[in-house]
Parts: sequence; C-alpha cells; structure tokens
Amino acid sequence: MSQARLIWRRVLNALMLTLTGVAAFGVVSILFLILGYLIWNGGRSLNWDFLTHLPKPVGESGGGMANAIVGSLKLLFLAAVLGLPVGLLAGVYLAEFGGKVFTFVIRYTTDLLNGVPSIVIGIFAYSLAVLPVKHFSAFAGGVALGIMVIPITVRSTEEFLRAVPGTLREGAMALGASQWRTIATVVLPAASGGIITGMLLSLARVAGETAPLLFTAFSNRYWSQGWAQPIASLPVMIYTYAIAPYDDWHRQAWAAGLILLGLVLLANVGCRLVLSRKGMTRSV
Amino acid sequence: MAHVITLVFAAGILLITSLLVYELWVNSHLSRAKFGWGFFWTQTWDPIFDHFGALPFIYGTVVTSIVSLLIAVPLGLAAAIFLAELAPRQLSDGVAFLIDLLAAVPSVIYGLLGIFVVVPLVRTVIGPALKMVLGGLPIFKGPNYGVGFLTAGIVLAIMVVPFIISVSREVLLTVPRDQREAALALGATRWESTWRVVVPWARTGIMGSIFLALARALGETMAVTMVIGNNPKISASLFAPGYTIAAVIANEFTEATGDVYLSALIELGLVLFLLTFILNGLARLLIVATERGGGHLT
Repeated sequence: MSQARLIWRRVLNALMLTLTGVAAFGVVSILFLILGYLIWNGGRSLNWDFLTHLPKPVGESGGGMANAIVGSLKLLFLAAVLGLPVGLLAGVYLAEFGGKVFTFVIRYTTDLLNGVPSIVIGIFAYSLAVLPVKHFSAFAGGVALGIMVIPITVRSTEEFLRAVPGTLREGAMALGASQWRTIATVVLPAASGGIITGMLLSLARVAGETAPLLFTAFSNRYWSQGWAQPIASLPVMIYTYAIAPYDDWHRQAWAAGLILLGLVLLANVGCRLVLSRKGMTRSV
Repeated sequence: MAHVITLVFAAGILLITSLLVYELWVNSHLSRAKFGWGFFWTQTWDPIFDHFGALPFIYGTVVTSIVSLLIAVPLGLAAAIFLAELAPRQLSDGVAFLIDLLAAVPSVIYGLLGIFVVVPLVRTVIGPALKMVLGGLPIFKGPNYGVGFLTAGIVLAIMVVPFIISVSREVLLTVPRDQREAALALGATRWESTWRVVVPWARTGIMGSIFLALARALGETMAVTMVIGNNPKISASLFAPGYTIAAVIANEFTEATGDVYLSALIELGLVLFLLTFILNGLARLLIVATERGGGHLT
C-alpha cells in the first residue's frame, strides 16, 4: 500500500515538473512563432516602394507607407519633448528630495497612471487637445503618447538616481556646490547612461501604441501638413490595413508589422542588455 | 530652487491624473444625467434613437477576461514555477528576458496575428475539437465563425501571460530557502515542496500578479477589437461574436455623431478607468505585502 503511494508520488512529481517545463518553453516559443510568422509574411512584401512611396488610392495595388513611417517618428518626437522632461524632473524629485507621505502618494499615482488603459488615455488627450479645436492633429497624438511616457520615465529615473552612492553627493557638497549644482553636474551625469536607456525603453513602448492615436492623431493617406493636421502612423496603418478586405493591404500590413516589431524588439533588446549590465533588473 | 522646480513636476503627475478623472467625469455628464445607474443594466445600444446601455460591453469584457485568465493563470504559474524552482539561474534569466520581450510586442501585432492565424485556427481546429468533446455545454453551442469571445480570450491570454510569469517568478524567488529545505527534509518530493510550501508562501504575490494581468486584459483594446466580431449582443456561447468596452470606444469614437452618443462612450471610458484603477491598486498592495512580509497578509 505505502509502496504504491510512494510510486504515485514519484510519478506525480515527475509529471508535474515536466509540465512546468513544457509551459515555460511553450510560452517562449510563442515569441519565436510571432517573429517567424512576421518575417515570413512581412519579408515577402517588404520592398523599396513600401519604404519610399505614399499609399495608393483604394483599389490600386502597390504604393507604400513612407508617410506613416515619418509620421510615427514625428509622433515619437512630440512624445519625447512633452513627456520626458516631466518624467525626468519628477524622478529627480522622488530620488533626491521629497518627504515620506508626499513621495509615497506621487509614486503610487505614477503606478496607477502607468496602469490606465491606453484607450482611456486616448479619450483624455481627445478632450484636452481635440475637443477645444474641433479637429484631429499630430499634436493631440503627441500629447497622448507623451502622457504614457511619463510614468515609465519617472520610475526608471528614480531607480538609477538612488543607485548613485551618497558619497558622491557628499563630496560635491563638501567642495561647496549647492544642491542644484550637485544634482546637475555630479549625480545626473553619474546616472545618465541608465536614465537615457530607461527613456528609450519608454519610447519603444509607446511606439507600438494604436488605441490612443485612433481619435487624436487619426490617420492620413498623404503627407501631413504640419503639427495641427491629422497624421499617419505605423500602428494605425497596420490596424486599418489588417481589417480591410483587400489582399494587397493585408500584404502591406504584414510588412508594416515587421518594421514596427523589428524596431520595438531591437530597442528592447539593446536597452535591456545595457540595463542588466548595470545591474538593474526591470523597469516594466 | 531645484527643490521647488522638481516638486512642481512631481505634483504635475498628480495634476495630470486628477485632470484625467475630471475630464472623464465632466464629459460623460450628458450620458450620466440621461441614463443614471440604468446605464449599467440596459442592453440596448441604439445610436439612432440615442438610447445607450453598457451591459453587452461589460458582459463581453468580463467574459473575455475570464477566458483569458482560465488559460493564462495555469500556464503562467507553471512556467513561473519552472523558472523559479527548477531551471538553473542562467537559463531562468535568459527565458525571463525573452518573456519580457514577449510583453513588449505591440498589441496591434497580436491583433494582426489574431486575425490571420488565431481566427482560422479557432474556426477549423480549436472550435470543432471543443464541440466534439464538450459540445453538450451551452457555452460551446451555436455556430462557430472564428471571431468571438473565445478567440478574443485566447489572444488576451497570450498577451497577459508574460505579466503573470515575470511577477510570479520574482515573488517565488523571494521565498526563503529554508522553507524548501524543511519540506524536503521531511521527505516531500520536489513537487510537493513546491506546491504545498513554496506556492502557498507566495500566494498573495501570485494573486497580485493575476490582478495585474486582469487589469491588462480588461483594458486591452486593439487585439480584442480585431478578433471579437464587434457585435453588441449578450450570448451564452463563447463562439458568438461580442463586444468589449475598450473595443466599442476604439470603433465608434470617431463616428459618434450626437453629443449623447459621445458622452455614453466617454462614460464607458470612465467605467474602464475605475475598474483598472481598483485592480491595479490592489495588485500593487498584494505584491508589496508578499515581498516584504512573506505572504501572511491574511
């Protein structure tokens, strides 16, 4: 009896442990399936025209997404200009100044802001930058992405500043530098590598965002005429092309997906390698 | 001086978050005034007669999230156990790195693969297989179009599983070594020590990771919009096309012609915000509690 039970326990042990391994490798293999599928489908459709031409009128095949590629870059630029300074300075405050309660409140709010669904951020940016002027604009899209950049930048900036040894600060102060000078010329430069990597990571995250752009930046089949006009972006183009009924558009959606995924993963791999070398595990 | 400037920006985050709530509240005024609490249990969604109810969307959001968790929790927990308990440290870190990359894949890419890979798969393989084995259950009855609650749930599961794995793995790694050794010394097998000692020790943090995943699943927009079929209807069958809160906002916001219509969509946004706000708050508390105190929150 007890012999049978022992065998059963051993079998169960081996079975469950094997299953956990299968689960882990199953999940990881999804990443490679996604990559493989995009490279297979997107690679066949990727060509020079795709990168350099405007979309063709509906019904004609060919053309490209040059405007969407440039549009995505412009939106990221706006997000960086609007969001990164706020995130950086707020991060400096959390790491260098700040009392107990207020710091906790800010940190908690930052986490909550990070968890707000991107579609809700879209509604927020819509009511801030679209409703008052009554038209979609690249600027409104930049506002939406800029808000999403803030929380990630705050947390990574804070974490890297905290990793700077206190002796550095004391050394600068002992030489007579003010607190402002100490932070600007000693502490920030010491942490700059990590902070910049964290910023890049936050931009990589919003680069793939679609939902907040649908009703802020909208889309555009031509070159955008300035910041106050609707603008095309890669994620929104992928969405519109994927749900359209044309085979040629599907082909282009795959190509755009490959470019987007390639850039996002490349940025992530690069940043995370730098971060892990600096001994920071995560900033998700 | 520096203190004041940085303080202003830190306070800016509070300001942005309060402004977010304020805008959602004010801009949903028309809808709140017209429909009151009835908004939450009305099934009609009729833009022509300006009559709006949120029930089909709340139902769709809840059902797709439940389906996704039913798949993602066992899968993610098993993978986290493997990475924290069995795999050598280097392999574990390498796999965790790849899983973080999986979390970085943009949701529109998941949607793209959802349309062209998962939808045909559900239509031709998964759907028929489920019907053959469990066809008697009402949730697997009715025609299978490929798009619907089940497909959305599967895509969501793939999207949230990285969060469950990476948070659970870290929580499991904080469980003290002597807990495992004590269980093994008493004659427990490796699995018994993991399942009866290590996992219960970390359970609050694991719950936290599940809440985090749930909050993600509720708010996820693009991938769901692309595979759920966009039909504001409540059906018992998982094969039926449905709709979620996030999906209806994404689809109809730019087309909302009337003021009440737009206001109803913004109220849906408010609901979504409050749901994820509560879940995220709870999740953070649970994770912090486990990492500090060994999971004895109860």
